[in-house]
Amino acid sequence: MAVKGVIEVEVELCKGCGVCIDNCPTETIALSKSVNGRGYNFAYPENPESCTGCTNCAIVCPDTVITVYRAKV
Amino acid sequence: MEQNIIKQEKNKVYQKSKLLIDRVMHYCPGCSHGTVHKILAETIEELGIQEKTIGISPVGCAVLLYEYIDIDWQEAAHGRAPALATAVKRLYPDKYVFTYQGDGDLASIGTGEIIHACNRGENITVIFINNAIYGMTGGQMAPTTLEGMQTSTTPRGRSHIETGFPIKITEMIAMLPGVVYATRQSVDTASAVRKTKKAFLKAFKSQELKKGTSFIEIVSTCNSGWKMTPVEANHWMRENMFPVFPVGDIKDLI
Amino acid sequence: MTEKILLKGNEAVALAAIRCGCDAYFGYPITPQSEILETLIEQHPEKQTGMVVLQAESETAAINMLYGGAACGKKVMTSSSSPGISLMAEGISYIAGAELPCIIVNVMRGGPGLGTIQPGQADYFQTVKGGGHGDYRLIALAPASVQEMNDFVELGFDLAFKYRNPVMIVTDGVIGQMMEKVQLSPSKPRLTDQEIEKLYGDWATTGKPAYRKRNIATSLDLDPGKQEQFNMHLRKKYLEIERNEVRYEPFMCEDAEYILVAYGLSARVCRKTVELAREAGIKAGLIRPVTLFPYPYKAIESVVPRVKGILTVEMSAGQMTEDVALAVKGKIPVWFHGRTGGMLPSPEDVFSLLKNIINGTFDSADVPGINYQL
Repeated sequence: MAVKGVIEVEVELCKGCGVCIDNCPTETIALSKSVNGRGYNFAYPENPESCTGCTNCAIVCPDTVITVYRAKV
Repeated sequence: MEQNIIKQEKNKVYQKSKLLIDRVMHYCPGCSHGTVHKILAETIEELGIQEKTIGISPVGCAVLLYEYIDIDWQEAAHGRAPALATAVKRLYPDKYVFTYQGDGDLASIGTGEIIHACNRGENITVIFINNAIYGMTGGQMAPTTLEGMQTSTTPRGRSHIETGFPIKITEMIAMLPGVVYATRQSVDTASAVRKTKKAFLKAFKSQELKKGTSFIEIVSTCNSGWKMTPVEANHWMRENMFPVFPVGDIKDLI
Repeated sequence: MTEKILLKGNEAVALAAIRCGCDAYFGYPITPQSEILETLIEQHPEKQTGMVVLQAESETAAINMLYGGAACGKKVMTSSSSPGISLMAEGISYIAGAELPCIIVNVMRGGPGLGTIQPGQADYFQTVKGGGHGDYRLIALAPASVQEMNDFVELGFDLAFKYRNPVMIVTDGVIGQMMEKVQLSPSKPRLTDQEIEKLYGDWATTGKPAYRKRNIATSLDLDPGKQEQFNMHLRKKYLEIERNEVRYEPFMCEDAEYILVAYGLSARVCRKTVELAREAGIKAGLIRPVTLFPYPYKAIESVVPRVKGILTVEMSAGQMTEDVALAVKGKIPVWFHGRTGGMLPSPEDVFSLLKNIINGTFDSADVPGINYQL
């Protein structure tokens, strides 16, 4: 059994500040190459398998666009 | 698919506070205001005090704070929030009253109001955002601007000979007997946010004790004003702001 | 009947506030009105009605405490004198912009600047033409007796809540300091939150219950279109106030050939002048504006066809007289007599000036003060 997490980013609300990336201990998140409707390179889980659901990214997100799920699988 | 198994309602460990109104905040990407707003909304939600809370919003970037959190609000003139809060709390001693003020608002134009509200020991919570610059008006010097720091009104760097020193208002406030809790926190890392949240919960709960003012400074970034990326701004803050404005409790009589 | 007692004008304001169910008073000492704060603290209404009384750290803080209290839907009052009112101008503009009810008492002294602590009426422009920034109006009540200092507190709150607009009781150091017999108003309890909501609507910021949207007390709207709409709404409200709330007191105007126009202490002086004139066979009358906004333009205009001229008397260098001239529209002469710096007009001086006007010797310069024809 391992603790695994999933993050869900509200892409259209993300401003691409990158603070979540700086705070992610498992290098799960990256900024996308494409932009959202407001022209920002949004955050997305580039390496979803490494996510532990620690919630650090969501906690520091100034725009509260990340929802986090965690389970033992 | 493993992802879909995990992504179930019962496994949700972090979601947006219900008190945060569904509206894109007007702040620049990475602005500390958004993070502090979130902590504020979570605090009010967790304490279950939405119906008993009245917030006083400032002049400055957070002037539209009342558009983001679903409680009753009063929008004060620049620096005057503690006077409004005084009246509200005196008229409603059992409600939760807080001000949210920036460094220009609280430590420059509103110095008189904050000192005297704290000196009277008003049972309010003061949230003080210190990002060492005037964000809304376009990056002018704040009373907390660091020495040597460039702003649009200190283009050669702030010099104490010309414009004085960065004011440590929280230390001054902490000296007042009316203040029961004075702390300085930040929101640049997840652990910092968690500590700040604890400080918020403590400050709001302390209003029930009717022992005096609770005061929380948040050393913050203004990456647009500082002309850095949000991540660089957080690093710069830790390197340059923290030595002048060290985080931690300054006074705790709760 | 309630008791009749001897009181200073300032004391009457304080007692009236407690008796009409005022919820809070915030003020800062300044001569010649400090008795309002002192009387309230001495009366200790916290123990009687639960009314909050607090000495603020400045007039700036006091007016902003008023803003906070008014936004809670409470009956709140402050008082000051001219220089203090200047400091309050910012807050008054915010309160008007947020459409909140409250009473501000200005016991005027002579100015400009630190001026004098002696009585004056030189804040007329500040009261009715602005004072603070932006397009707003204060409902301005001008008492001329200690009884009116008492009565206008309750009237002021009624008007303030009816229109959700700040009310200024604008008087002078003489009315504030002099003693007269006063019939006190009956005591009323303070309103509960539920009563306030039922009477005035649910706009107050009292903490958001589940059944309503959040309330916001603000004067900010960054959208130019909406800000213009708001200003048009205010304009409509002020027009309604002008239609409904003009108050004035005519005295012996029916057959008058010369009309005096004066408010507050000056009106009391002019009333005596009218009596002196009548004794001498001169048909003089007096119009005393009781509301300075809305101003009794029509009352003055209505006497124009049947009088030879109007003499305005003020403790200023000539402020309200401009509104008299506006009402008269150049159809008859308007003269002005003003005393400043704390000097008071006398019935005899005003009478002398009136005789000079009748004799065509207005410019003879034998009456002290500032005298001119508009």
